[in-house]
Amino acid sequence: MQNEKLNTMEDIIICRDVHKWFGDFHVLRGVSVTIKRGEVVVICGPSGGGKSTFIRTINRLEEHQRGDIIVDGIELTSDLRNIHAVQREIGMVFQSFNLFPHLKAIDNVTLAPIWVRRWPKEKAVKVAMELLERVGIPEQAYKYPGQLSGGQQQRVAIARALAMQPKIMLFDEPTSALDPEMIKEVLDVMVELARSGITMIVVTHEMGFAKEVAHRIIFFADGNIVEQNTTEEFFINPREDRTKLFLSQILTH
Amino acid sequence: MTVQSEVLRPPRTEVGLLGWLKKNLFSTWYNALLTIFSVAFIYVVLRGIITWVVRDARWAVVTVNFRVFMIGRYPGKEAWRVLVSLGIVVFLAMLTWVFRRAEGKPRRWLVIGWLLSFPLIGILLRGFSRESPFLPLVSENLWSGVLLTLVLAIVGIVASFPLGVVLALGRRSKLPVVKVLCTVYIETIRGVPLISVLFMSQLMLPLFLPPEIRLGTVMRALTGMTLFSAAYTAENVRGGLAAIPIGQYEAARAVGLNEALVMALIVLPQALRAVIPAIVGQFISLFKDTTLVAIVGLLDLLGIAKAVTGQKEFIGLHKEVYAFAAVIFFIFCYTMSYASRRLETALGVGER
Repeated sequence: MQNEKLNTMEDIIICRDVHKWFGDFHVLRGVSVTIKRGEVVVICGPSGGGKSTFIRTINRLEEHQRGDIIVDGIELTSDLRNIHAVQREIGMVFQSFNLFPHLKAIDNVTLAPIWVRRWPKEKAVKVAMELLERVGIPEQAYKYPGQLSGGQQQRVAIARALAMQPKIMLFDEPTSALDPEMIKEVLDVMVELARSGITMIVVTHEMGFAKEVAHRIIFFADGNIVEQNTTEEFFINPREDRTKLFLSQILTH
Repeated sequence: MTVQSEVLRPPRTEVGLLGWLKKNLFSTWYNALLTIFSVAFIYVVLRGIITWVVRDARWAVVTVNFRVFMIGRYPGKEAWRVLVSLGIVVFLAMLTWVFRRAEGKPRRWLVIGWLLSFPLIGILLRGFSRESPFLPLVSENLWSGVLLTLVLAIVGIVASFPLGVVLALGRRSKLPVVKVLCTVYIETIRGVPLISVLFMSQLMLPLFLPPEIRLGTVMRALTGMTLFSAAYTAENVRGGLAAIPIGQYEAARAVGLNEALVMALIVLPQALRAVIPAIVGQFISLFKDTTLVAIVGLLDLLGIAKAVTGQKEFIGLHKEVYAFAAVIFFIFCYTMSYASRRLETALGVGER
């Protein structure tokens, strides 16, 4: 059904043999993967396996040293114009929110549209308010990040990323820094977003979220993809021992 | 059975003047002893100062020479130009204050007004040429007293701040040439006393500049002070830059900002806010360091004070003259310190 529709879609992200080293440490060891337009992909795996580093190479927060990354037809090279073009098309949500603490929530959201897209202020504010309504916190628009709870901050961060109308959204462990009672409010926003048809790559351990909306799950360990499959197959029929072990560890409680 | 707690009044010794006294001044026997001793000490010192100020001091030396203290050798016929300049500053300050109160942030035209006030006041004070019927030239060498102190301090502060920010950014630059140049500059200036920088600027600047441009002593002293202060500002700003978490850069880049916008919109506003106390502290010392221009022959407030003590009719009144100068310095320095605290509170809203 949905997956068949995806099969006819074009590839929006193509990674071929991506390598990355931190000093002598080989973090990414030849990652190859393609993501289709509109696909929701969850990446999971043990800590230190390179999941975060991998998605950060896609919007060039980390530079890959070998291999190719092509995002929406633009190849990521050291050409700054290409990098900015790609970064404008990709929204990112961080584990630690990284809101701009000196700006009110609404100004966090309007900043990039005004300065990068050159929108007039009224239009940017209108769109920002719509986005804050979409993430469920229009009443917090004129507060500073320091006055918001973690869950509210992360929802502002999602609105900020969406304000640039990106084609792709990257989530780097978006709920890991949140208190348990706030995880759901953020996941609800992400579920709604996933159903809206935007391309999403989510690094997370929230398997409930993965089962609900992911088309595909990638299991990542030791700097490479160990196993990937459609969501149902991944949980019912894990093939690799490492995957089985990981699943048993995170699903038992 | 429910337990109903009774609402009691606090014990008498805990509230009111008596409670405060007991809690803060007489809580233990040694605190009581310290209190009594301190009160006695303050009494003795204050009594001495007050009797001197009110009874013994001969303030005529200050009242008679008030204009000299303020503008020194600036020609009396042209003194109105100083008053008009002061008026411009006061007027702009009041407008700024009113709009801040009303709208929470200053208007753009006010910022432009402040920027324009600098050349305007400069022209007003200096005038055009010697023969000019309108605003005849008042050579900078005649600027002295509080006027000179303020000109040196304000222009030094305003000019050294952007230069310091640029140097701080340069020191963190990824380009090795820029980085090395800025580092060498900052470390050289910081390794040299202000007096030698002032001397160098007097003697060396004319050698570097083309012969058509001849700077007066004041301009050369100003250049020296600006270059000196910029190096210290740069180090303070660098401290603020280092305190910005890497996540702020990443988030700013991730929404598509280029490097210049990341700096201007995200990093610098936060970094500068964090170092306001340090920078104001440095501006206060710059203000007091203006007194060093005496060694290149300029008469700032302190220089004028020294000259006044030499007047025949006021022989031996050093105490009065220097006390007056100290009060003037204190007023300006404390104002800066107070403004900095107000600025911190005003900008600190919603800070993490």
